[in-house]
Amino acid sequence: MKASTTDTATEPTANQADPADAADAAGTANTADTTDTRNTGGIVNTAGTTGTAGASDTPRSTAEHAADAGTSASVAPPGAATPGAATPGTAPPAASGTTRTGTTAAGRLVALGRAELTLLLRNRTALFVALLMPVAMVVALRGTLGGMDLSGAGLSLGEALMTGGIGMVLILVVYLNLTSALVARREELVLKRLRTGELSDVEILAGTALPAAALALAQIALMVVAGVVLLGTDAPRRPEFLVAGTVLGTVVMTALAAATSAITRTVESAQITTLPLFLVSAGGSGLFIPLGMLPDRVASVCELLPLTGVMRLVEAGVSGGADTAQLTGDALGAVAWTVISVFAVRRWFRWEPRR
Amino acid sequence: MDIDGHVIEAAGLRRGYRGGFEAVSGITFTVGRGELFALLGTNGAGKTSTVELLEGLAAPSAGTVRVLGRDPYRERAAVRPRIGVMLQEGGFPTDLTAVETVRMWAGCTSGARPSEEALELVGLSRRSGVRVKQLSGGERRRLDLALALLGRPEVLFLDEPTTGLDAEGRRDTWELVRDLRDAGTTVLLTTHYLEEAESLADRLAIMHSGRIVATGTPDEVTASRPSRIRFVLPQEVPAARLPLTLRAAADGQRVEIRTRELQRSLGELLRWADGSGVRLDRLDARSASLEEAFLEIARPGTETETAGIL
Repeated sequence: MKASTTDTATEPTANQADPADAADAAGTANTADTTDTRNTGGIVNTAGTTGTAGASDTPRSTAEHAADAGTSASVAPPGAATPGAATPGTAPPAASGTTRTGTTAAGRLVALGRAELTLLLRNRTALFVALLMPVAMVVALRGTLGGMDLSGAGLSLGEALMTGGIGMVLILVVYLNLTSALVARREELVLKRLRTGELSDVEILAGTALPAAALALAQIALMVVAGVVLLGTDAPRRPEFLVAGTVLGTVVMTALAAATSAITRTVESAQITTLPLFLVSAGGSGLFIPLGMLPDRVASVCELLPLTGVMRLVEAGVSGGADTAQLTGDALGAVAWTVISVFAVRRWFRWEPRR
Repeated sequence: MDIDGHVIEAAGLRRGYRGGFEAVSGITFTVGRGELFALLGTNGAGKTSTVELLEGLAAPSAGTVRVLGRDPYRERAAVRPRIGVMLQEGGFPTDLTAVETVRMWAGCTSGARPSEEALELVGLSRRSGVRVKQLSGGERRRLDLALALLGRPEVLFLDEPTTGLDAEGRRDTWELVRDLRDAGTTVLLTTHYLEEAESLADRLAIMHSGRIVATGTPDEVTASRPSRIRFVLPQEVPAARLPLTLRAAADGQRVEIRTRELQRSLGELLRWADGSGVRLDRLDARSASLEEAFLEIARPGTETETAGIL
């Protein structure tokens, strides 16, 4: 199989990728140059290595070779019919798992997460939304909150900004970004292809979410540090609540993103389908307006929103004003939303485009 | 388990879609270890719907599937490490390079080959640093094949592996698939290219409207079809003068004879022509080909008549 162009390695397309790619391209170009008949060579090699039952030079187990030998005599070299090969069908090689390097859930997640991270870094729009939008939102928030009397909410301006900023990161970096990513992967038939491999369905979703979640957590950490160092805000008084809120928030947003992707047909329409949750959360879950500032009746309705419990936890972590019973209820609310989303995903999530 | 040597078993398989359309309407077949089995059919015959059931991507609405003795849908985790899959339309993130795509898959594949080896296998070494979106359609197919081969699978499912490839790429893929089969890999492939099925398959099944209408080795399938003699009679000789035993069908001066005994019929025809001094124009006699069998089966409205060749 020769490439249609003779010298593809020197084409600009091969070099426009990042330095790592260029290195890859250069490396392979070198090996390819050494042998003109590399294609047939490669194929013959395969037949050679997989066909030689005696040699233990490949990860393919000897049991598997024995199995081959049992049914296709033309491939099996003499001597392969050892007593161990008498019942080839009963000893499937892959099932033993000892001779082949199996994969672990963690390994699979890392492999998929790494690829997704590469994709996120190469997607300018997504990167812009993820990196700059939260900052812009915090600046806008500062303008709004600056003129308000926050004493009713029991927060300083810095604390209110930090709380709102964390909420923004959760919704912009995890929810918006992941909804688009899942829709894109589905429409590109990537999800369907992944489902033919060893990854479980949950691993596919988790692996896809991994970079966005990691990025969000990093940004939140950065935001807390920046708040303390640059704005002179007090360090979070109850970091354990902050961590709990952030982690729960990431989980809820991931599950909701998967659920939202089910009703989103194209990457473009994701901007619309994600809007309701964005607006409702911004207004009612304490992103723009601190929860304590809402009128009581409105507040009791807003308590039912997906992000409200999470934001309460975050606020308590930042300001230290905590009522344990109340916070337990908030955490349970977030868990309930996760359960609802997981149910919705199981019921409606689509792994391939509608035809 | 697959003690009896059947690596793939499908029994009474059906697959219905929402809205009542049934793509697979009760098919049964087995594939032995090390065998190369082809599902042949026109577009819409139900090949892909069938293969997706075998791959465990969907559960059948009726019937059973066993791959390596297990249910590929319910026991996905046990079956997947031992099989390789190439979808008819596989998707890769377009912003990853070829080698990044392979590396990602390698991280999710038991006993994966080195990434460079996998790319070399399908002749993509030189393109390893190129983004998927800049690969040609044929190159993407080959990348897909590389992923299917990554884990040195025992069973390989290839859904139209050569569609979109040029003649050379197709030949190379055939050679690769043959080598894998020779090394003991069980292969199930679908195709609508007859020559592909004829030259690769140990056994094949022709699908039409969700059913298997013919199955066997390529020779068996063609042997069940009649041979054909065609010629044009001179203007002054009406077809009615032909010997009755030849069972000729005439369209004006054009005559077609279908026969299961080509040599005897042809001999009779030539003796008659010599004896009557008739010159047979454009005389053409040929044994049944898979193509002919296929075209006859795939012709619209022939579902029921062809049941006889099963």
